Amino acid sequence: MRSLNKITAVMAGVAAFFTSTAAWAVAGRPTDWQINFQDAVTPVMEDIISFDNYLLWIITAVSVFVLILLLVVMLKFNARANPVPSKTTHHVGIEVAWTIIPVLILVAIAIPSFRLLYLQRTIPEADMTIKAIGYQWYWGYEYSDLEDVAFESVMLTKEEVKAKGLPSSVYLLETDTEIVVPVNKTIRLQVTAEDVIHAWTIPSFGVKIDAVPGRLNEAWFKATEVGTYYGQCSELCGINHAFMPIRVRVVTQDEFDAWTVWAKDEYASIETSVKFADADTVKAAVAR
Amino acid sequence: MAGQAAHGEHEDHPTGWRRYVYSTNHKDIGTMYLIFAIVAGIVGGALSVGMRMELQEPGMQIFSNPHTFNVFTTAHGLIMIFFMVMPAMIGGYGNWFVPLMIGAPDMAFPRMNNISFWLLPSAFALLILSLFFEGPAGNYGVGGGWTVYAPLSTSGQPGPAMDFAILALHIAGASSILGAINFITTILNMRAPGMTLHKMPLFVWSVLVTAFLLLLSLPVLAGGITMLLTDRNFGTSFFDPAGGGDPILFQHLFWFFGHPEVYILILPGFGIVSQVISTFSRKPVFGYLGMAYAMVAIGVVGFVVWAHHMYTVGLDVDTQAYFVAATMVIAVPTGVKIFSWIATMWGGSLEFRAPMLFAIGFIFLFTLGGVTGVVLSNAGVDRSYHDTYYVVAHFHYVLSLGAVFAIFSAWYYWFPKMFGYMYSETIAKVHFWMMFIGVNMLFMPMHFLGRAGMPRRYVDYPEAFAGWNMVASYGSYLSAFSVFIFLGCVAHAFAKKEKASANPWGEGANTLEWTLSSPPPFHQFSDLPRIEEDASH
Repeated sequence: MRSLNKITAVMAGVAAFFTSTAAWAVAGRPTDWQINFQDAVTPVMEDIISFDNYLLWIITAVSVFVLILLLVVMLKFNARANPVPSKTTHHVGIEVAWTIIPVLILVAIAIPSFRLLYLQRTIPEADMTIKAIGYQWYWGYEYSDLEDVAFESVMLTKEEVKAKGLPSSVYLLETDTEIVVPVNKTIRLQVTAEDVIHAWTIPSFGVKIDAVPGRLNEAWFKATEVGTYYGQCSELCGINHAFMPIRVRVVTQDEFDAWTVWAKDEYASIETSVKFADADTVKAAVAR
Repeated sequence: MAGQAAHGEHEDHPTGWRRYVYSTNHKDIGTMYLIFAIVAGIVGGALSVGMRMELQEPGMQIFSNPHTFNVFTTAHGLIMIFFMVMPAMIGGYGNWFVPLMIGAPDMAFPRMNNISFWLLPSAFALLILSLFFEGPAGNYGVGGGWTVYAPLSTSGQPGPAMDFAILALHIAGASSILGAINFITTILNMRAPGMTLHKMPLFVWSVLVTAFLLLLSLPVLAGGITMLLTDRNFGTSFFDPAGGGDPILFQHLFWFFGHPEVYILILPGFGIVSQVISTFSRKPVFGYLGMAYAMVAIGVVGFVVWAHHMYTVGLDVDTQAYFVAATMVIAVPTGVKIFSWIATMWGGSLEFRAPMLFAIGFIFLFTLGGVTGVVLSNAGVDRSYHDTYYVVAHFHYVLSLGAVFAIFSAWYYWFPKMFGYMYSETIAKVHFWMMFIGVNMLFMPMHFLGRAGMPRRYVDYPEAFAGWNMVASYGSYLSAFSVFIFLGCVAHAFAKKEKASANPWGEGANTLEWTLSSPPPFHQFSDLPRIEEDASH
């Protein structure tokens, strides 16, 4: 009994180490020596984290169980301790048990797993739609509900990060422009790509969706906290795959309204949407 | 024995270079496969050390061009899969020990065996050549990842490098298909009298299942990459949306091959570990039939789970749900295997020789890789893990620590049989412990990096990921150093020439290869052995 207590204690310790909402993790960006997910700012990511913690308990228990069995076998049944091997090669009861019990564990995993999956992939009615287009190697964004708001988002170089007075830790995450969305609003994301496959993600949102040429993929998020959140392209897309990050700023509705006015002016003046058209025309011409 | 040796004299026994280049002898071909796998493994390993050197610190240190880094990841993956693990397990140990274990004089098609092997260096040469041709404009080599997803592998790499890589895969695939046909025919038709399917050693079972997986999955890869080739060179547009094609089609074709492929890499390891555990526990395998049919089940179900590699491509939610359920099913036969190995040891009389250490290490590390696989099977959390270092950690736990540990286990287990010399137990154990610590230090931190959100295939990363990357890199150097210990162990054994007896492992080693001399005669079983009714597995 005492050894059983010890085992439980060890298991609890290991699981606690991994599942503790480590003080190290924050939302929106990775931190030094982080071992957990970035903190959640959407209901979906909250569910991912709690489901993942649940899984972590299970897999820790299974791994520790196998480790203990191996240790027992090595200590009790080594040639010195047990010079005469047994001849047992069958035991129906135990063979049935180690088939049925894993099945039950898997059922216990599958039920919450499906719930999470359908929550993620059932796109609710959206307050706003944003289109993200992957290019080698930057992202283009279009606000479908706002006229003339379309722009490109390019990573800042090390020098630009320094020149802006930003900390060096945001290098490779920071971009020149950003998506701005209102807090607590359901945003539908439409994602596609122009050249090769890219993938759009913000870890703290629990969203990851491939940007595939010729295909319009959908995802959604509802950020519940204002702040700046980073992500990085998550499908190998060529030479500068590591250099096309994603930045989303979540703001209050008032700030968003103000930004809308600013953005219409700012992005209309540089005629980005015309630039997209140009790129298409050039491509078509090349193809011909 | 004497009769057999005399018999051997008037049989064809070529010498010099003819013995190997023209070889039709399963043992010589097996040895060539093993040497080839060691060479390829060193090349592939060197590439990975290059990657870890780059990733040791944030910033770009040794690759001035990120494309070169992508070329390294691509070549590392392809080389380790097609030119290290497969040749070692199937070509090497399969060729050497399938005929010996079933009591056959050789493989069913000895000349086809020869061409199977010699296609492989040609394929390897084509892959190496691809490094020196243009891929994307102005850059050398293929940087599309081992998965060569279109359109990055079509319009994304217009140069001839990609064509070389495709042809390398074609030829390596042809080599494997020929080998698979040979194994299936040999195992189904050339078993010694009394060696029924249900008496076959589990290693032979594992090779049989693997051969079927190869035979059924490789043609799909061949079709897929042929379509890539015609998209690239002959104006078709299978994968180009501008011409009515679909990039996702390539992923379906690729993973229909790719998922069985990962079982191809690990199944022979299952067989090896079963033999080794049974030998050094001095006990027959527990639940033999369950073990054999668990492998069959893994092979069958392995064909219907491929899209769990594609949860983020925008599959319909019901499709994703199906692949979640199907993938989880695989955990059941895999669990049966893990527990049966432990039950085999339970009540046994364990001897911790080097092969046994590698086999026990395999069981534990494969379990760790297996449970993270169960995590990843859930599309809901895979949303966060997909394409991060968590996935890299997962598949290196099952392959680098699973398959490779099995390969080393088999190496030490069969080294005395293959070469007739004993290896140094001390050096082999140093090799084991150094590698065990090295690979865990290398891959365990990758779980943390993945959870923190570090995407895979990145040449440079934000400062926050620096800590665990540094630990991983040091682990990689330690693992690389352990490879030198391994080579030293081999050199030491050949220098010392300590003769091995026919059966150095004692009563636990009861498969047919241990009834022959070490090394076995050039041709064995001219008089077929007869398997007794009670001589069970």
